[in-house]
Amino acid sequence: MSSLDDIKLTNAQIAWRAAQDIEDGAYVNLGIGFPEMVAQYTVEGRTPIFHTENGVLGFGPAPAPGDEDWDLINAGKKAITLKPGAAFFHHADSFAMVRGGHLDVAILGAFQVAQNGDLANWSTGKGAIPAVGGAMDLVQSAKRVAVVTDHVTKTGEPKLVDSCTMPLTGVQCVTRVYTSLAVVDIAEGHFVLREKLPAISFDELQDLTGAELKTEGPVADLTVPET
Amino acid sequence: MDKTIATPAAAVADIPDGAVVMIGGFGGSGAPIELIHALIDRAPKNLTVINNNAGNGHVGIAAMIEQGLVAKMICSFPRSSDPVAFTEAYKAGRIELEVVPQGTLAERIRAAGAGIPAFYTATSYGTDLAEGKPVEEFDGKHYVRERWLRADVALIKAHHGDPMGNLTYRMAGRNFNPVMAMAADRTIAQVSRIVAPGDIDPEHIVSPGIFVDAVVEVPNPVQEEILIREGATYP
Repeated sequence: MSSLDDIKLTNAQIAWRAAQDIEDGAYVNLGIGFPEMVAQYTVEGRTPIFHTENGVLGFGPAPAPGDEDWDLINAGKKAITLKPGAAFFHHADSFAMVRGGHLDVAILGAFQVAQNGDLANWSTGKGAIPAVGGAMDLVQSAKRVAVVTDHVTKTGEPKLVDSCTMPLTGVQCVTRVYTSLAVVDIAEGHFVLREKLPAISFDELQDLTGAELKTEGPVADLTVPET
Repeated sequence: MDKTIATPAAAVADIPDGAVVMIGGFGGSGAPIELIHALIDRAPKNLTVINNNAGNGHVGIAAMIEQGLVAKMICSFPRSSDPVAFTEAYKAGRIELEVVPQGTLAERIRAAGAGIPAFYTATSYGTDLAEGKPVEEFDGKHYVRERWLRADVALIKAHHGDPMGNLTYRMAGRNFNPVMAMAADRTIAQVSRIVAPGDIDPEHIVSPGIFVDAVVEVPNPVQEEILIREGATYP
């Protein structure tokens, strides 16, 4: 295997892969930062409807600089635009959409994902000021909770782990992880490898993963555009 | 009936030391900056402030913290592009923090407004934020019991208002404002324009006047985001 940095997917490529699984007409919430990139790679011909916690359904990309209206922002406090059919609502209704199980997909970042689907993504537990936002609501109640992440930390530690050592955001909530090396499902308390980069062997990938990677049938090649 | 008040200063004049104050807005969107700044001029102390965030830059809630008005913040996300005011106060032990998941925060406020003292939610089950809270299983899933969240005063921002207290909002500036209006003993709304009763189509009213005690007109309200980009400070 060549250096991991040479073969691993960029965040844009991970976002592209995650976007392939979003169905036409799905109601989708994307976490602040990296997960927001998934919207840029919406598959042609599909029209997902994006939800933001602060009370908008059906928003579009950022406006041109100078055209911002600061009453029209997303959860990341960035200026957005509206698509035809967009709707405004107050915060309790916004979270009724989340907690009532009306959202089809939530895609978030992660510090750690455990093989039972536990997610840690809100606090390192190391003394930083705690800030949770809407993450705990999203992970417990969206119909499908997926994670986009590097496969390992900056220091090479696995982010897919046996059990989370960092404070949990939610329990047994994640069902699919799109990493910089693989696509991994979580089923019945185990990681199930679905796709991996052709440039990495199964054994090499297992060494970079903190719990057993099971397989069910053939593992597909994870192939993405250059972007 | 006339709930209009002439100035932000007059609207906030009765807010005492130790009050629990809900402040609408999500970041700067829908934040009642003029009411907040009028409150800073009055300078009540030892306030508990309920907002999604904990201030940005050196205006609005951040300026309240810098001026030493706030003893406790109840919020979901005490970070922002420039959270220095809250961060310094917190690290110096001058301000208490209660972090609440955003949906739980909204629902605790809504529950208070609807007279529901507690409710169950799946949010935070199995996490540190559920510690000490009762858990119950319903239909095979675990839920955490959360209490309502009331306030003495709510400061909110709306778009149009009438003397009866009926309000409309502007875009995503709606956010926490309508639920906070329901949950405080006294709700003070700043609006860009006061119109006559009947001028707002009843189909378009978002907050019916029963939830609103005072309406003060602030034409062309400042946007927190613009102030922050200008490096503004208050006072």
